[in-house]
Amino acid sequence: MSFLLEAKGISRAFGGVQALNDCSLNVEKGSIAGLIGPNGSGKTTLFNVITGYVRPDQGTVNFAGEDVTNARPDEIFSKGVGRTFQLTRIFARMSVLENMLVATQRDESWLKGLTRSMSSASEVDAAMDMLEFVGIAKLAQLQAGSLSYGQRKLLELAYVLIANPDVILLDEPAGGVNLTLINEIASKIRLLNKEQKKTFLIVEHNMEFVMNLCDSVTVMNQGHTLMSGTPAEVRADKRVLDAYLGGGEEEEN
Amino acid sequence: MLTKARIVWIGLFALLALFPLVVTTPTWTSIIMFALMYMAITTSWNMFSGYSGYVALGAACFFGTGAYTAALLAKHWNVPASGDLFWLIPLGGILAMAVALPIGLIALRVRRHTFVVITIAIFFVFQLSAINASFTGGTSGLQLPFLPWGFQDFNVPFYYLAFAMVVVATLLSAWVRQTRFGLQLMAIRDDEDRALGLGVRVWAVKLSGFVMSAFIIGCAGALYAIYQGQIYPQFVFNPLFDISVALMAFLGGFGTLAGPLLGAFVLETLQLWLTENYSSGSLYLIIFGALFLLVIIFMPQGVVVYVKDRVTKREDRERSMIADNEAQIAGAAQ
Repeated sequence: MSFLLEAKGISRAFGGVQALNDCSLNVEKGSIAGLIGPNGSGKTTLFNVITGYVRPDQGTVNFAGEDVTNARPDEIFSKGVGRTFQLTRIFARMSVLENMLVATQRDESWLKGLTRSMSSASEVDAAMDMLEFVGIAKLAQLQAGSLSYGQRKLLELAYVLIANPDVILLDEPAGGVNLTLINEIASKIRLLNKEQKKTFLIVEHNMEFVMNLCDSVTVMNQGHTLMSGTPAEVRADKRVLDAYLGGGEEEEN
Repeated sequence: MLTKARIVWIGLFALLALFPLVVTTPTWTSIIMFALMYMAITTSWNMFSGYSGYVALGAACFFGTGAYTAALLAKHWNVPASGDLFWLIPLGGILAMAVALPIGLIALRVRRHTFVVITIAIFFVFQLSAINASFTGGTSGLQLPFLPWGFQDFNVPFYYLAFAMVVVATLLSAWVRQTRFGLQLMAIRDDEDRALGLGVRVWAVKLSGFVMSAFIIGCAGALYAIYQGQIYPQFVFNPLFDISVALMAFLGGFGTLAGPLLGAFVLETLQLWLTENYSSGSLYLIIFGALFLLVIIFMPQGVVVYVKDRVTKREDRERSMIADNEAQIAGAAQ
């Protein structure tokens, strides 16, 4: 079977710390994949490798059958991989609408940017529709820096979506937001997956969120991928319990 | 379209254009001419540094390059002492862009404080080269052809050239602000890595912005050289120039369109007026220092942004809209 996004044998060390050690991850087209693991297990580093922010020491990343291992973040985004960050990152001193417009033209050459206006009417419409979809359309003219944390999460989701990427990587979409908003975000993801066949890869600590939403889950521990399977399989796996509750293996030693 | 804001802009520019027709005292036309020159320089500097957040303290590299371009070309091409000299002004701008390219290639690799320090270091390379190289005339500088014009009207052509530079710089800056390119510069200011992850070619955008901003500053350097008739390396490559330009922009409103114009006009006029009337040259430095401290403490975003936010009551309005939206999201989910 071929996968939309494939990371194979990824290793990466920062100084003496082996952040990633022979990690492999596959995301099937049209699925919602989860990536879980204890703190410091390397989930975000793996995200950074896939999206070009960090270069791997070893291993390859394939997207839609193409090797994108050493591509820059902007190139990877152009090819159709969008992501959000764990601590939301928005353009604080620009308006919410301007935030959206930054992402609208994912494959436009930079030279064209010099001669074209900031936005076309159709881009503004699309941006407003997307803001309406996530529920913050009324705030379009405000400075993004004044939004609440939850609204920032929604904005970040919205401007990644507007570029219409094929696969969307979400780094803790439910982290630090209230329960109402968690459910809200989960339902948006489900809707996008069902109606627009969007592919998702989600890092999340909230187990309920992951288990309810994901078709497949990959578990990481101490820099390597422990296992992959359906949520039910993951829940039943003893190694996963060990990883989360403190290693039984270590006690045996 | 004639909006209220545009009428104000046109009105203010018309006042500046009419000034030398009303006030003919050479002292005053000279003061406002210098104010205009700094308005053009600061606006052009702000077009890159203000929009992208990369505070470059090397504007004097471009200013000095423009000045030396005019002086050297006038000498080698034997340009007569007439209005022909003014054709050297755009060449000064182009040469400034040519030196901006390698400077940008080096300095734009790093960010924030490191970037500031590197631009200062590069500036001193330029200053020391101008002092020590043989073709620059060393510390005694270079002489330009002496314009045999009457004392009374001498300033007027320079005044209008500086005015034209302000108009060009302002239009350019306003235009950049509403292009996709300008949007990308501002995205880089707020979060460069995030912008990169949304497909912005940050390297190309930064470099082209940096090089573009050098043009008007180089033109101003050439204008200055022709006006003075004599240039010295310590005056055209002056570290105080770098700092003044940044101060003017911060005072008026860093990254805004009107801020650098206001800051440069007020500070340069004030400085020249004080020097004129209280010949002790350092009084203005004390006043500037105090003024700058007050602005940084009480209105860190500059006068223009401060006043605008007060007038539109931005914070109150935003707070209530955000609270409404929070309630709406919570309500929809129940």
